[in-house]
Amino acid sequence: MKHLLIAALALAMTSSLARAQEAPIQAILQAQSALIMENSRRTIAPVIAAVSGSGLPQAQDVLQAWQGKKLWQRTTDGLFFRAEKADGATYNLYDFDTRDASGSAPVSDLEQIKPNSGIRALIGSALVQFQLQDADPKRRLAALTSVQRNPSADVLEPLRGSIAAENDPMIRAMKVRAERLLTIAYDADEAARIKAISEMSGDLGVDVRATLNPLLVTRRAVFVGAPPATLNIAEILEPGTSIEVTKAYDMLVEADLAPPRVTEAQVRSALAENAEGGRVGGIPIRQLDDPDMRLRAYAALAAAGSVPPAPGAAQIAQALKAHSIADIYLEPSRIVTDAVSEALGTIALTVGLNQTIDLVLDGLSLTSIYFLAAIGLAITFGVMGVINMAHGEFIMMGAYTGYVVQQIIPNHTASILVAIPVAFAVTFAAGVVMERLVIRWLYNRPLETLLATFGVSIALQQLAKNIFGTQARPLTSPAWLDGALVINDVVAISFIRIAIFVLAVFFLGVYLFIMRRTRLGLETRAVTQNPRMASSMGINLNKVNMLTFGLGSGIAGVAGVAIGLFAKVTSELGSDYIVQSFMTVVVGGVGNIWGTLAGAAMIGFLQKGIEWFNPSNTLAAQTFMIVFIIIFIQFRPRGIIALKGRAAGD
Amino acid sequence: MQSAFQKRGASTVIFLTLLVAFTLLVTVLSEGMGIGVISTSFVKTLGKTLCLALVAISMDLVWGYAGILSLGHFAFFGLGGYMIGMWLMYERTREIVVSSLADAPIPPTAQEVSDAIANQIFGVVGSADFPLIWVFADSLLAQLMLVVLVPGVLAGVFGWLAFRSRVAGVYLSILTQAMTLALSLYLFQNDNGLRGNNGLSGLQNLPGLAEVSQALVSVWFLWGAALALGLGYLLAVWVVSGKFGSVLRGIRDDEARVRFLGYPVETYKLVLFTGTACMAGIAGALYYPQAGIINPAEMAPIASIYLAVWVAIGGRGRLYGAVIGAAFVSLVSSWFTGGQAPNVPLGVYTIKWVDWWLVVLGLSFVLVTLFAPKGIGGLFDLLERRTAPDRHGADLGPDQGALREKEASE
Repeated sequence: MKHLLIAALALAMTSSLARAQEAPIQAILQAQSALIMENSRRTIAPVIAAVSGSGLPQAQDVLQAWQGKKLWQRTTDGLFFRAEKADGATYNLYDFDTRDASGSAPVSDLEQIKPNSGIRALIGSALVQFQLQDADPKRRLAALTSVQRNPSADVLEPLRGSIAAENDPMIRAMKVRAERLLTIAYDADEAARIKAISEMSGDLGVDVRATLNPLLVTRRAVFVGAPPATLNIAEILEPGTSIEVTKAYDMLVEADLAPPRVTEAQVRSALAENAEGGRVGGIPIRQLDDPDMRLRAYAALAAAGSVPPAPGAAQIAQALKAHSIADIYLEPSRIVTDAVSEALGTIALTVGLNQTIDLVLDGLSLTSIYFLAAIGLAITFGVMGVINMAHGEFIMMGAYTGYVVQQIIPNHTASILVAIPVAFAVTFAAGVVMERLVIRWLYNRPLETLLATFGVSIALQQLAKNIFGTQARPLTSPAWLDGALVINDVVAISFIRIAIFVLAVFFLGVYLFIMRRTRLGLETRAVTQNPRMASSMGINLNKVNMLTFGLGSGIAGVAGVAIGLFAKVTSELGSDYIVQSFMTVVVGGVGNIWGTLAGAAMIGFLQKGIEWFNPSNTLAAQTFMIVFIIIFIQFRPRGIIALKGRAAGD
Repeated sequence: MQSAFQKRGASTVIFLTLLVAFTLLVTVLSEGMGIGVISTSFVKTLGKTLCLALVAISMDLVWGYAGILSLGHFAFFGLGGYMIGMWLMYERTREIVVSSLADAPIPPTAQEVSDAIANQIFGVVGSADFPLIWVFADSLLAQLMLVVLVPGVLAGVFGWLAFRSRVAGVYLSILTQAMTLALSLYLFQNDNGLRGNNGLSGLQNLPGLAEVSQALVSVWFLWGAALALGLGYLLAVWVVSGKFGSVLRGIRDDEARVRFLGYPVETYKLVLFTGTACMAGIAGALYYPQAGIINPAEMAPIASIYLAVWVAIGGRGRLYGAVIGAAFVSLVSSWFTGGQAPNVPLGVYTIKWVDWWLVVLGLSFVLVTLFAPKGIGGLFDLLERRTAPDRHGADLGPDQGALREKEASE
């Protein structure tokens, strides 16, 4: 019996020895068994390195099983398996080396390795090198994304190795790019890094800048005497010019190279602590509201030894002279930092160029918004000379019409297509009603038209508030208008803005067509130029005025739908645009659609240009723009394109 | 000139008598000095209304007499308020700071006091330094001069630019509106040195008068406002009664003709525009200490348009009309929007005046413009049986100068 036991034990030992030779991954796992079971993020790194660095094809299986919490240890002999739940309390075991099923075991004989999220992340980055060569392109892409997100020196070699075998051209290009960036950041060979830097300079990608910028990170350090030449010095700071004297001195103090400065607050508290019998250092307390007296009192205290002496200006200057303060690159190689600075300079130039293009596109889209908001006004104010302060409320009405239509027709594309003509119809009707009821009585009293239409405006605004509430209503654009046309990482323009641009161009065409090619346009122009003569020629003034005013109002409604797509629909929507719209028409030149276009362009580009100087402050941009317009009007009171002849008189 | 002044004499005497009687009545009924029938907050409301009447008179001078529809006079009003508010806030904060530092073991230096005040005032906009524009804030006299100077200089520069390039009519209105918008947008910025959209607050606490009750202060301000209104009214009557006033009316009715007669139209307009801006500034300086707070929203373009609404409803071109309009519309507005007006149940829908008042105001404004261009003041013409000659009848032509049917038949 005893012999048998020994024999069995010996057999077991030889078999496990034999396994070590023909089961290499299991052997590695056995060697690291204690650390695996410890399951701690701090100590697990060498285990993962041993597995992934083994060069064995099974390593990937082990890591995947481990990451997926499918790595189990059989407690009876300490071997590791991949386990799948069979039924009840038993699990099927699979050997890593042979990839075969190797029986099953009850759960009581097994212990699951449950890696925490930190360990799983480590395993994940170790898995990358396998996944980069995976047969499935999707997984290769996922692995590449993970490399780009968490770049590290370890993945550089596997990434390089995987490029040659890559057959998908897109992934290959991405891999090459990632490899270049990793080379810049982590390669040990300086020449290779510089080559990569010069290759990537001029590239607009945010990732390139994100790779290059950390290489120029500096730390500020204090040195006795001059800084050692072995360091990669970015800049030696001159106290008083490139760094404030007090700040420089405080750095010396922090490095224990100089006695601390005494601040005004410290002087005050020291004086307060040492006050005795109404005097401090021989000076009466009530005289201490003078800074000079305070310093004298403090000097007296210091002379008596009750407070530390304050270093004088001469002392500070001397201390600063004896030391130097410099910004030191964390990157030790001078050649690399120089190359990076140069590359970033090139990139900044390209980025600047592209930002200018982007600014122009922004200005263009703002121009089309202002033009769209003002084109209705160009008809009612520009052609007919009617000041319609309720124009903004017609824009708002159009936007709310769009909102209501969207409540009835849930399909966004269809609802927008329906909303545009409906909004035109609604505001056309509103304009005609207003013209008939109010404006036609006031054609000879323009100032009173302004006031009366203002009355309509506040009534309409409050009415909208009563009906729709004060909170913003959404006017959702169709899905195909979401997103943006991305040209590169800097230049992008959203589809909505393109659509508004198209709409603005369309309405410019509509305006030109109606004014130049239709009977209504002819009659409108005749009435504008000389109402009495037009009337004598048999033109019905009332009808023409009514239709023209309705047309202008209707276009305002359509503009409202367009504006509602990107702005919030509130009852104040119109009043946000009314002053700018009038400005657009007045600046451009009353009575000329090209003038309105020029005015919109001037205001749009001006506003974007001013915003560019100070992007955080759009209020300032608007303020300066209005001030500029007021001054501009002084020099061209009739606008950019002035009507010639007597028709221009007011 | 004497005769013209006398012509307005009757209405002036009546107006001033009513103003004095009103002031005495409110004083007697007030909490601060009388039997306490009227609450202090209502005394303040009445005092504020007098200030609004004063700014309405300035608006009536520019618009009703000279035909310049300025949409910027309420901005001048607000600027005056800001100027006096700076001193009130500085001085009040200084008192608090000094009294809190009085217990410190070491007396504070001037710099420390100033830093503490700046920290108190500008902490809310994340700053602790005095901006340059507060350089005179410690001097009451300087700030009182600025109350007149700042609106005056702004109006002067703006008016000079606008009038010399012959911007007139609706263009001028739009331009003044743009100026007001620019000013209020500027004041909305937090880094402008006037506390951005927080505005200036605590203005009702007069420095050095901490122990005087608000009830008493409110009556003092009522007197101040009544005095300013009375003087402003007299000044306005004097201005419009003389030759200056005749030229102004001439400009309103036909600017080109006045210019051809040899009058420097631009100078007349500029003097009037600047002078009324100063008047609006004074009104604002009296208004905001009673309101207690001023912020940029008060100066938005809409406020200036409301000012025009008051004058139009009261009756343009007559000074008491402006006063009536401002008092009537602002008091009725605050009655309706203050939730004091009873709701009107209609069965299916209850009209809440808080929601519907603006609709009513807007529409009644349209009606007044269309059917009663003379406003409430026109009622006095009816009382005096002074009616315009009836030129009406169907138009014979669409132009302003076209003969009317009746005239043609004569």
